[in-house]
Amino acid sequence: MTALLEVSGLTKRFGGLVAVKDIGFSINAGEILGLIGPNGSGKSTVMKCIMGIEKPNAGSVKLDGTDVAGWPTHRIARHGVGIVFQHARPLHRQTILEHIQLALLPDNLFMLVTDHKITRRAEEIAERVGLGQVMHRLPRTLPFADLRRLELAKAIARNPKVVLVDEPFAGLTAGEVADFSALIGSFRAEGHAVLLVDHNVKGVAALVDRVLAMYLGEKITEGTAEEVMRNETVRRVYLGGKIETAARPDREGKGHTPLLDVRGLGVLYGKATALDDVSIHVGEGEFVSVVGLNGAGKTTLFNAISGLVPFSGTVAWRGETLAGKTPGAIARGGIVQCPESRELFGDMSIRENLDLGGQHLTVAEAGKQLDWLFGLFPILKARQGQAARTLSGGEQQMLAIARALMMKPKLLILDEPTLGLAPVILEQLSKALEVLRQTTDITVLLGEQNVTFALPHADRVYVIEHSRIVWEGDPGRFAEEAGAGYL
Amino acid sequence: MLRSRTFQIVVPALLVMALLPLGVGGYILGLLTLAYYYAVFAMSWDLLFGFAGEVNFGPSFLIGVGAYTAALLNHYWMWPIPACLVAGAIAAVIGGAVLAVPALRLTGPYFGLVTLVAVLLLQNMLVLFAGITGGEIGLDLPDVLSIDDSTNYYYALAFMTVSGGILFGLSRSPVGLILQASGQDAIEAAALGFNVAKHKMAAFCISAFFSGLAGAMLIFYLGTASVGTVVDIAVGVNVIIAAVLGGRRTIIGAAVGAIFLIGAGEILRPLGQLSTFVVSAVALVVILFFPSGFMGRLLQSGGRE
Repeated sequence: MTALLEVSGLTKRFGGLVAVKDIGFSINAGEILGLIGPNGSGKSTVMKCIMGIEKPNAGSVKLDGTDVAGWPTHRIARHGVGIVFQHARPLHRQTILEHIQLALLPDNLFMLVTDHKITRRAEEIAERVGLGQVMHRLPRTLPFADLRRLELAKAIARNPKVVLVDEPFAGLTAGEVADFSALIGSFRAEGHAVLLVDHNVKGVAALVDRVLAMYLGEKITEGTAEEVMRNETVRRVYLGGKIETAARPDREGKGHTPLLDVRGLGVLYGKATALDDVSIHVGEGEFVSVVGLNGAGKTTLFNAISGLVPFSGTVAWRGETLAGKTPGAIARGGIVQCPESRELFGDMSIRENLDLGGQHLTVAEAGKQLDWLFGLFPILKARQGQAARTLSGGEQQMLAIARALMMKPKLLILDEPTLGLAPVILEQLSKALEVLRQTTDITVLLGEQNVTFALPHADRVYVIEHSRIVWEGDPGRFAEEAGAGYL
Repeated sequence: MLRSRTFQIVVPALLVMALLPLGVGGYILGLLTLAYYYAVFAMSWDLLFGFAGEVNFGPSFLIGVGAYTAALLNHYWMWPIPACLVAGAIAAVIGGAVLAVPALRLTGPYFGLVTLVAVLLLQNMLVLFAGITGGEIGLDLPDVLSIDDSTNYYYALAFMTVSGGILFGLSRSPVGLILQASGQDAIEAAALGFNVAKHKMAAFCISAFFSGLAGAMLIFYLGTASVGTVVDIAVGVNVIIAAVLGGRRTIIGAAVGAIFLIGAGEILRPLGQLSTFVVSAVALVVILFFPSGFMGRLLQSGGRE
């Protein structure tokens, strides 16, 4: 059997960052390949390179024998690649049926009247994906799962040789997952080649024929779902190697004075549940890690605490509710978040970024804080005149943490500081955090998908999965009690 | 359904407009004639903003190119009016294409800025070559459409109805659907196999065609072409306000907005300088509190659910 999609030597660089390095695989007609990897591993970039949304720097993408690498997206689409996006942004004023009709239209400037054949075909597709009852309604009146069905319907309408599906089950309930699995399975039955992109093997194991695991832009292994789950490197990437935990020097009253108390937190993004009945607490001087895969709800939890997204439930800070306070007031109250996206001022120098963080301090205080931070991150001292944009990923992360620390936070929230960083940088960052932990009594709430990074520093660990807290405990017990569900 | 609801509103309104010359005086007819040309400007603009998702800050560039091409041909070479109109429309399309090809490569606010700069350039050119173009005083035209108010009124009404019909039809056609998808999410539209640049380019040319044609018609109605009436930034701003006021993505709303804007400016004329202020304030309130505009609300309340 010939491969419908054959990718070889695919490489994509963003500036100095190599997001995808020499990736190759092939998918036959009637086969489903799972492409998995943690956040920042480059799997989405691979998908975008196939679709032409990003242009690969090297390598070929052969579609039924034709190399389409570097073609514009619409030509690749016309040549037989379809994509099911994770986030649907439907048109507001068009019905579901019209959305499906859109996918059926030719790329022609002179289509002035809708063909009846197209309308009939669109109706058939709507029935097939389970939207028959609602096809004359507007997208905003439909639940989240139906909008995802609409995305599938559009892919079916295009009848592509190769279907790329981005995180097929994100935000769906168990029943809906079964429905979607059946629909994706029907692609295979009809002889399409399917690429499923997801964070972990578990989610797609039942559906895929083979799995390719990626980490930091490179292929780690390829094989059946069972083989990949047994693979040592994969286990290390997801679970970490030997987890070393170090106790923090005990301090008077550590962990006893409650600082942050979150109860029954719920957040909705449109119709998708992002957080469901989440309760966590952080005591003064504690280092608490929240671990979970990308999409589990970590960032949403932190954004709710920082007052950036509306929520239900209560968030109490030193016994007072934070409801109704502006993000600015919350930050001034001592909760400082260092976001996943870092949010540095790219054109400003390191020094200027840090000075901005220390705006509310007196000159003397700011100077003292700056000296201390330069001791913690010597590299920042050496490069203080350099524009933040020109720093490497690891240096940017250090700067982001340092800038947050300039604000003298009572509670420092670190959202995925390891995102996209190479192992050697992780080690430096880890050492800096350990110094912070051993020499100060700062309270830290760390969100991570990288367990190896999150556990050693933690006094206590929460595991968040599908918008809920599923485990809480001591880092020493993590591997045996919660590790298995994490691959 | 929306379609029939739109017709329920539009057809009686057009009938009333068609019967107006029997009942009102020449002054009001003149005013409405002007408003109808503005309506075409605004509808063309809405095709680009509401559907293709591109903010053209310089509608008066397209209007001005069309108007002055027609004016110069008529003034110096005595081309007949129909030939001048065709040439004006074509010139606007060419001018628009020259502008759009590099500008559509830019993303975000840069497209808008390019269109804004284009207006300033055109305005400067016209003033700089005042010897040929008449500069700020304007260029007299040997021909006018008609000297009869009613005839002029019917020309404008017919022109607006036909242009509006074509633009509205386009917006509701499959091509309009593709255009709207391209405007809202270019990556997704491309992933569905649509050449987004091609569709946006086509929208820009269609918008330029009607803007240029309307600009040329307008100066043959006024009998003179001047920077203040067809090129000035203020003209463009009024067009934009009219379209947003009337309702984005409705085409017809843009016409309603234009007629409202010109009508309100006249009714409030006794207020002197204050009238501009009041109209602007009303526009601001509508944009802030009813971002979907007059027609947006009207059509939405009974729209499809």
